[in-house]
Amino acid sequence: MARTRDVFWHHFQDLEHQRETSALGMWIFLITEILFFGGMFACYVVYRTAYPEAWLAGSATLDVKLGAINTAVLIGSSLTMAMAVHAAQLGKRMPLVVFLVLTIVLGGIFLGIKAVEYEHKWEENLIPGPAFDFHGQGAGNVQLFFALYFALTGMHALHMVIGIGLLGNLVRQSLAGRFDAAYNTPVEMVGLYWHFVDIVWIFLFPLLYLLGRH
Amino acid sequence: MSGHVAPTRLYYAIFGALMILTALTVAVAYKDLGLLNTYVAMTIAVAKATLVVLYFMHVRWSGRLIPILLAAGVLWLVILLALTMSDYASRGWMTAPGS
Repeated sequence: MARTRDVFWHHFQDLEHQRETSALGMWIFLITEILFFGGMFACYVVYRTAYPEAWLAGSATLDVKLGAINTAVLIGSSLTMAMAVHAAQLGKRMPLVVFLVLTIVLGGIFLGIKAVEYEHKWEENLIPGPAFDFHGQGAGNVQLFFALYFALTGMHALHMVIGIGLLGNLVRQSLAGRFDAAYNTPVEMVGLYWHFVDIVWIFLFPLLYLLGRH
Repeated sequence: MSGHVAPTRLYYAIFGALMILTALTVAVAYKDLGLLNTYVAMTIAVAKATLVVLYFMHVRWSGRLIPILLAAGVLWLVILLALTMSDYASRGWMTAPGS
């Protein structure tokens, strides 16, 4: 336990007290995130109710196959993240590093597929702005759908990029032997963040890709 | 002691359940159920999110504080959506004097 000295802050009773305090803070942060995304979801609901046809037309241009693959990739990354936390709890250093790296790789695949989708939208002139070009009724309202599509998926992607940065930092610290069975709170907290980002996508996928497929 | 250590078998089972629910939500989306499509899709999404929160995020083993906190967060999200929609949905019901 010699190395607990540099990770334990004296104002806590013990490491468990310190860990619970970190978890409480992380959950409060995640709740602000729920309401942050909630504002955009409310915007989505209001305009989808107002312009249902435009929403169907916009959704129909998205690639369900790529969206479904990305959903599977992200759920897979949540599994590897959960396994990384598990390895950290047991103090197994190499499995921890391997699962963290796997999570980074899966996150990277997700962002790569997302980039391909954005490129398709760019080529089809479906980026909101002066170049926006949609043939069909209510093009202005379809533009609104795409504005929300890019706001929601873009903000989600930004969270993924931040998450990958945090994971990279965890890999560095793991290799330096900073975590063991007694102290692994940073791994657990980044895990909570990563799973939250997964949950946001779990809602985005049906709301953006699946509506009006029938 | 640092949090609950769940068996890895459980994580694989949750992963399997999430994949099955994803396949289900895609399959249902291609059937025409009218208004029900949205409700089914959202029910499946809530079920998936619940599995992630309870098992991957360890809320099932985290004591009482985190669930209360999370319930408060979800309550405020519901207030945000319900009050916004009650405004937009009821705008055409009455005309203001002088309009």
